Formats: sequence, C-alpha cells, structure tokens
Amino acid sequence: MPLPLLTILALVPIIGAVVVFFLKPQVGRLVGYGLALTTAVIGVLAFVLSIQGADVTERVSWIPALGAYYALGLDGISATLVLMTVILVPVVLLAEWHVGEDATARWGSNVFFALALLLQGFALLVFMADDLLLFYLAFEATLIPTYFLIAGYGGPARRQAAVKFLIYSLVGGLVMLVAVAGLYAVSASAGEPSFLLGDLMELDLDNSLGRWLFAGFFFAFAVKAPMAGLHTWLPDSAEQATPGTSTLLVGILDKIGTFGMIKVCLWVFPEASRWATPVILIWAIVSVIYGALLAIQSKDLLRLVSYTSISHFGFMVFGIFALTTQSLSGSIFYMLNHGLSTAAMFLVVGFMIRRRGSADIDAFGGVQKVAPVLAGVLLFSGLSALALPGMGSFVSEFLVMAGSWQRYPIHTAVITLGTVLAAVYVLRMYLRTMTGPVTDQVETHVTTDLSLREKAVVAPLIALLLLFGFFPKPLLSVADESARGTMVSVGVTDPAPQVEEGN
Amino acid sequence: MINLLETLPDIPAVELEWMALSPLLVLLGVGCLAIVLEAVVPRSYRYLAQTALSVLAIVAALTLTVTNWATMPPSIVAEGLVAVDGPTNVFWSLLLVVGLGAVALFAERGFDGRSAFASAASTVPGSPLEREADRLRREHTEIFPLLLFSLFGMMLFASANNLLVLFVAVEIFSLPLYLLTGMARRRRLLSQEAALKYFLLGSLASAIMLYGIALLYGYSGGLQLADIDAAITAGTASQGLLLAGLLLTSVGLLFKIGAVPFHAWTPDVYMGAPTPVTAFMAVATKTAAVAGLLRVFYVGLGGAQWDWQLLFSVVAVATMVLGSTVALAQTDMKRLLAYSSIAHAGFILVGVVGAVGGGEGVAVSSVSSIAFYLLTYGLATLGAFAIVTMVRRSGGEANALDAWKGLGKRNPLLAVLMTLFMLSFAGIPPTAGFIGKLTVFSAAWVGGYGWLVLVALLTSAVAAFFYLKVVVAMWFQDADEDTVGDVESPSLWTWVVLLVTAVATLVLGLVPGSLLSLFADAAQFIR
Repeated sequence: MPLPLLTILALVPIIGAVVVFFLKPQVGRLVGYGLALTTAVIGVLAFVLSIQGADVTERVSWIPALGAYYALGLDGISATLVLMTVILVPVVLLAEWHVGEDATARWGSNVFFALALLLQGFALLVFMADDLLLFYLAFEATLIPTYFLIAGYGGPARRQAAVKFLIYSLVGGLVMLVAVAGLYAVSASAGEPSFLLGDLMELDLDNSLGRWLFAGFFFAFAVKAPMAGLHTWLPDSAEQATPGTSTLLVGILDKIGTFGMIKVCLWVFPEASRWATPVILIWAIVSVIYGALLAIQSKDLLRLVSYTSISHFGFMVFGIFALTTQSLSGSIFYMLNHGLSTAAMFLVVGFMIRRRGSADIDAFGGVQKVAPVLAGVLLFSGLSALALPGMGSFVSEFLVMAGSWQRYPIHTAVITLGTVLAAVYVLRMYLRTMTGPVTDQVETHVTTDLSLREKAVVAPLIALLLLFGFFPKPLLSVADESARGTMVSVGVTDPAPQVEEGN
Repeated sequence: MINLLETLPDIPAVELEWMALSPLLVLLGVGCLAIVLEAVVPRSYRYLAQTALSVLAIVAALTLTVTNWATMPPSIVAEGLVAVDGPTNVFWSLLLVVGLGAVALFAERGFDGRSAFASAASTVPGSPLEREADRLRREHTEIFPLLLFSLFGMMLFASANNLLVLFVAVEIFSLPLYLLTGMARRRRLLSQEAALKYFLLGSLASAIMLYGIALLYGYSGGLQLADIDAAITAGTASQGLLLAGLLLTSVGLLFKIGAVPFHAWTPDVYMGAPTPVTAFMAVATKTAAVAGLLRVFYVGLGGAQWDWQLLFSVVAVATMVLGSTVALAQTDMKRLLAYSSIAHAGFILVGVVGAVGGGEGVAVSSVSSIAFYLLTYGLATLGAFAIVTMVRRSGGEANALDAWKGLGKRNPLLAVLMTLFMLSFAGIPPTAGFIGKLTVFSAAWVGGYGWLVLVALLTSAVAAFFYLKVVVAMWFQDADEDTVGDVESPSLWTWVVLLVTAVATLVLGLVPGSLLSLFADAAQFIR
C-alpha cells in the first residue's frame, strides 16, 4: 500500500493540535510552529507530486449504508488551495507569536496555535475531499476551532462577533445539509447511493429539484465567501478577532465558499449553474462595488480590509460563473493570490494597530516618517490588493476580466469600476495613515519599526506575490488545466473569438 | 364425573418460545429476585448485592439479545403477542445499553458518600423521621429492582405485537418511573410534586390511549396489529372509528415521547426527578416509546399512512419549533435539557413521517436511521446528565446555568466533554449527532418530505443557539462567587459512563459505517 500522503497531510496538524493543546504555552507554540512547517513541507510535496501527475488519491469505503467514502484527491483547484493553506498557517502563527501574552487573551499562545492547526487540518480535508459527505463533515468541523479563535482572542466585543459568525455559518451549513440529504435521496433512488463527487456528477439533475439543491449549496457557499447581503458577519469578526485569525478566516476559510462553487455547484449541477448564472453575475458585481464602497467609507482599518475582501470575492465569483476557461483559471489563481495579499494586509495592519493601540484610521498620520519599513510594506500589500501589474493579483484579475469580456462585455465594463474603486480605498487609506505630518499620538506610540520577526512574517508573502506576478506560468497552467476540466463538465465552450480575419 | 371431564374443552398449554423471550424473562426474574433480596439480605450488603445483580441481569439480557439476533430468524412468539424481529433486537439492545448506563448513575455514591436518592422516601420532608433515616443511612436499594422492572416494561413495549400487551407494557414501565421520580434526596417537595404531576398526566394519557385501543378494536375486531392491518386493507369498516382510534392511541404514545402538545410534563419532571432518573427517563422512555410508536403505526396502521403522516408532520413541526425556541429562555440545565429532549422528539418524528420501509438493499430506512439517532441522542444525554451530577454547590447539584460559568477554567476536561455532548446535540460534525441527523433527515427526504427536512434544519439552527449558550458559559464567562458550582469528582461508576459516552460519541461521528449497516439490515418489521 502506498503511503497515504494526503491523510498524513491532514492528520499532522489535527493530531499536532491535540498535543499542542496540552503543552505549556512557551513550548506549545514552538512545537506548533514546527508542526505548521512540517505540514507546509508535506503540502508542497503533495502539490508538486500531484501536478506532476502522480496518483495521490485515496479511497476507502467509510459509511457503506450512505454510500460515503473516505476519498481524498488533488486536482488543480484543490492543489492550489492546499498550497495556499500550508503557506499561510506558519506565516500567521509567526505573526501571532505573542498572542497569548495579551492581557485580554482567554488562553495561552499554545491554545491559539492548537486551534489554528486544527482549523488548518479541517480546511485541508475540505480541499482534498472527493466525497461530498466528507467535504461537508470537514466544512462544518472548521466552525469549531474558528469559533474559539474568534471568541478567545481579540477585541472586547469578540464573543458577540463569534456568535454571529457561528450562527451565519451554521444556518448556511444546515441549508447545505438539506441539499446533501436531498442529493442522497436522488442518488439512492437512482440505484446504489454514493457521495463520491465523480458519481454525483453522473446523476441526472437537470430538473427543478436539481435547481433547488443547487440553490441550497450556493446559499451556504455565498455565506462563506461572503457575498453582499450575507456578509455582515465578516467585518464584525475581522474587527474583533486578532489579525491572525482574520487572515485564517478570509484567506483560508472563506475560500471554501468559492472552492465549493466550482467543485460542487459547477461540477454536480451544470444545468442549474447555467440557469442561475445571470442572477449570480449581477450579485457578484453588486458585491464588488458594494464591498469597495464600504471599504472607502470605513473608519476602521480591520473592517476596511474585510470589506476589500468582500469586493475581491465578488471578482472571484464573477470569474467562476462567467464560465470561460480564462475567467475560471483567473478565479482559481485569484484565490491563491488573494490569500497571500489579504494575509499581508491584515498582518501589516495588525502590526500598526499593536503599536498604536487603535484600529481607527484617524488615529494614524505620518507613520511613514517614524516607521518607513512598515509603511513600505503596507504600500506594497495595498498595491497588491488593487492589483498593480507585477503582482500575482494583477494577473488573476486581468484574466477574470479578459475571460468574462468574451461573453459579458457590459457586465465586465461595470465590474472594471471595482478596480478603480480599489485604487481609491487603498491609496486613501495609505495617504491618511502613513503620509502627512507625524501626529503626537503616533509619535508616542509608534516607536519602533518592524522587528525581525515581523519582517520574517511579511517577507515570504511579498516574495510570493512578486514571484506569481512575474512568473505566473507554472501555477497558472495548473489552474488552467482544472478550468478546462470544469468547462467540460459544465458543458460549455468558450465563445469563438470574434476577430475579423485580415487579408 | 368422568363425563364432566370429557365435556371440558381441551386447554392447551401455552406455547412459549423460551429462548426468544429470554431477555425479557431474565429482567423480570431478576427483578423479582431482587425484591426478595431486600427482605433477606442485611442492609449493609444490599447495595453491593443489588448493583451486582442489576449489572449481571442486564449484561445477561444483552448477551441473550445479541445471541438471538445472530442466530434466530425473526419470529412472532408468545401466541402472537410479542414480535422478536430486527427492530426489536435493535431497540432491545439500545434499551439494555442505556439501562446499563442508568444502573451506573443510580449506583453513584461518590459525592460525600451519598446517593442522589432519598434515604426513606416515605418520610415527610423536613420531619425528624427523615433526619433519623438520613443519619442511619437507610438508603433505598429498591431503586435497582424498580429500574429492572421499568426496563422490562420498556422492552416489552418495544416488541408488543398486540395492543393490550402494549398497554400493559406502558403501565409496567411507567409505574416504577413515577415512584423513582419522587425519590430525590434533595429538594424533596419539588421531586414529589414532579412525581405526582407525572403520575396524574401519565395516567390520563394511558387512559386516553386505552380508549383509542378500544376504538381500534371496535374498528377491526381484533387486538393483534395484523388484525388492524387486515381491516384497513379490507376497508369495509367505519373510517371514523379508525381515525378516532388512531388519534387517541397516538396521544398516549406522543405523551411518552414528549411531543407537543403533550410535552408539558417534561420540564417539571426532568427538573424534579433525581438526575440519574432524569437521564434514564430522557433516554430509555423515549427510545421505548418511539419503538412502540414505530411498530404500531408501521405494522398495524401502515395502511392508514396518509392519515397519520399528516398528523405527525404537524406534531413534528410544533414540537421542533416549541422545543427549540422555549429552550432558548432556560437558565436551568435540567430544564434546558428537558426542552432539548422535546426538540429531539420532534427531529425523531421527522424520521417517523418519512416512513421508508426497510428491506434488502434499502440503506437508510426510517427505522434504522431513527434507531441510530436515538443511540446518538442517548449517548449525549447520558453523558450530559452525568456531568450535571458533578457540578455541585453546598452539597447538592448546582443546576443553574450560572453555576457552569467558567467551568472551562476550573475543569477543562469536563468542559471539553460537555462541549462534545453539546456539539452532538446540535448535530455538528465530527460528532455522532451529525450522522444521526443526516440519516434521519435523509430518510425523511427519501420518503418525500423535503419541506419537513428544511423546517427541521432551520429549527436545528435555533437549537444550536442554546447549546452554544452552555458552551459560552463554560468557556467564555467568568464565574460569579455567589453562584459558582464546584466540580466534585465522582466514583468510578460515573466516570465509566462519561468515558464510554464521550468516546462513543466521537467514534460514531467518525466511523458510523458498520453500525449503520447493522441497523439497516435489521430494519424490517414482521407482521
């Protein structure tokens, strides 16, 4: 029997979390960080193996009565997101090295590290699951560590924020459970029940029931990758949680939403996806614009970053449901870049807030002169958020728009407005916090520039963003391949380019 | 003289299938033996004798049940009165496992060396006699035979193939419970009030059920479930009689399950009864009542499916909504768990409504999924009540939610376990409760009740909120000097219950496959 690489990848953080939980805070975080690095190595290995075409899939019958399998696999989308997850977690842990020493922290650093590892393990399972029930199980299980992460560390109103997060997610998850039960019913009546994604794709769901089930799944994913209207839990959570938690939340957890839209909605319900496209595209555009406008008017740095994410998730959803190869691969690539770019934003903003003791934009001013490196890093992550050419996010955003243009030129024209607004909120935030005269408050509080640890946190993020910006090819080809596969399973082809042949 | 004898009809000896009935007989026999022991064994040895005897009896009955399950084909025994088929085996096993847990909780004497039961239940609360009995430690050991009798009644109820046997079984399992409810050592008036309430309402429900049985007899001319089924298939008798009989019979059953509108006794009785009894009632009564309900309605009244599916779907919606919304306002752990049990009764009824028959190749039938649900619910309930007995203040249980604040700081292990049980109640993976909900709701959906599943899941979201309240109190609120409850370590009895239920809750959440298949293969009733 070959080594179950993917199981090991998921179990190292999960079992590690239990160990770290029982260790002393000082020892626990060292062990936890070591485990996160180990996971990263295994994750990168799995990524490389899978894109080289090695067979890493695992499949064991799990609940025969329900037709559920313990089935793990890596395709282009999953591999990309696994890569992002294993990169982000050690970065976040390093950024939150002293999280447990805060007077307001409920537990020590080791518990934070344990919860983060637990979350990572479950998220990895979600991304690798080839079985819908396993996917759902891990999907819901992520709520538990996330809830404790939000409620245990951060601002004074974090408990309420955590409850809000949990209720939103639970309602989404339970609506999805209705759809899971419904899919089971369809699968059972078609013969042998099976929850394998591959088998579910064979089902005939081109009917009104299929559309209802699609809506159930899409609702859950729209809560997760917050789309305008279902988003209000995110800014509250981001404002109250620690920046590290917010990074995990937006960077990893919310990706489950867009991931599910591709893996479940598009793959299993191709007909319903095409049917729902007009509405979803409009909804995505509303998210892009609305998120950006909220970001512009936001007075709180953490809320601002979370609003930018709502805007960016709108982009991803738009690219997914525009249903062209380019826009899909752009969206997949965007998921990775958004993870890195938002991580940089949240963590750098976190460094600022820790120094100043306030997340209010008006509490800053002229930080550039006191802490130039900090200012530079913020500028860089901001430019990545507004998708400046040279950044990975530019490549992905461009692909989304170029792909969508082929089919929906008017929609795409509107969504371009989002990129303009992005420039406004990023630059406005930078100008108001970093430039101008140094205020007295900043003078007294912001006394140090980035420490070595903090530099070590942002350096890999910046390096990767630049790398993906200038050399997107290797990763893009991975995304491209799975985008092509998805197009086939949805049953659409790219519109023929309407270029007149020159003589 | 000789002539006279010859004119007498030939009375054949009753044919009993001893092996098939052996689990019932063991419990009944040992229960009677235990009563005799009370009279002959000196008081100081009774506790040991009774606990040992109860454990042995239940283990023996469980072994016999499992042996029968493995070796005997399903059959109707005891002159057609009792059906020993797949569902019977499943529910008997469940009941016996729960019974074992209940014996352990009943036997707990680790808190100041006292049990949860009154020393002499017949003494007037607050009287000198009571203090005298307390001082002399005249604790009742009759609780164990009572438990055995009750368990016997429940098992008979789950397997009754005849409506009269069904009624007799209800009385057999209820009477000991009425008694046990009134035997709390602390807050005795509350306990006695609860017992009286339970007795009065329970008798009323039984009477109504008996009336329903009479009407069904009038309709079909028989008391066997098969007779009623035949009458419905023939369809010649009065439809009104059938409907009235169906309605009134269901009243008695729904009362025992604790479904709305017959739920009103639950919170008071759960709060007043000694906690081990509450745990036993919450799990075993519900299991037995659901088993009986399934048999009566699937076997006897299966032909009138369209009538009772409507009835039960209305009851299920009312039960889920009321149970989970009223629970939101509770500040007492036992009352909260009582309303939670009402909500769960509603979720179980969702599965009942689906009415997916078992058989070859049917992976998720109503019976098997409900049995699994009852198991997961039972594990979490036993575990949660075991923890309820451990959080104490000034010599007694501290049931107020305030007493649980900050438990995560004072005793992380206990708080982790309680969180696990709460997650299982709420149906959040990776706990067993999730798989239970999934299977029950799948069955309902397969049966064509997708809308009911949607309602059930939305109420689950509401229910999750109050389970979360407990979690928040334990982990995120700081204890208040005036209300804080101390965790007292119990003896091995309670620890074993806690450990087993916690491990099972987690294991069944991760690898439920073999048990689900086992239940699925045993989901078919025989007529």
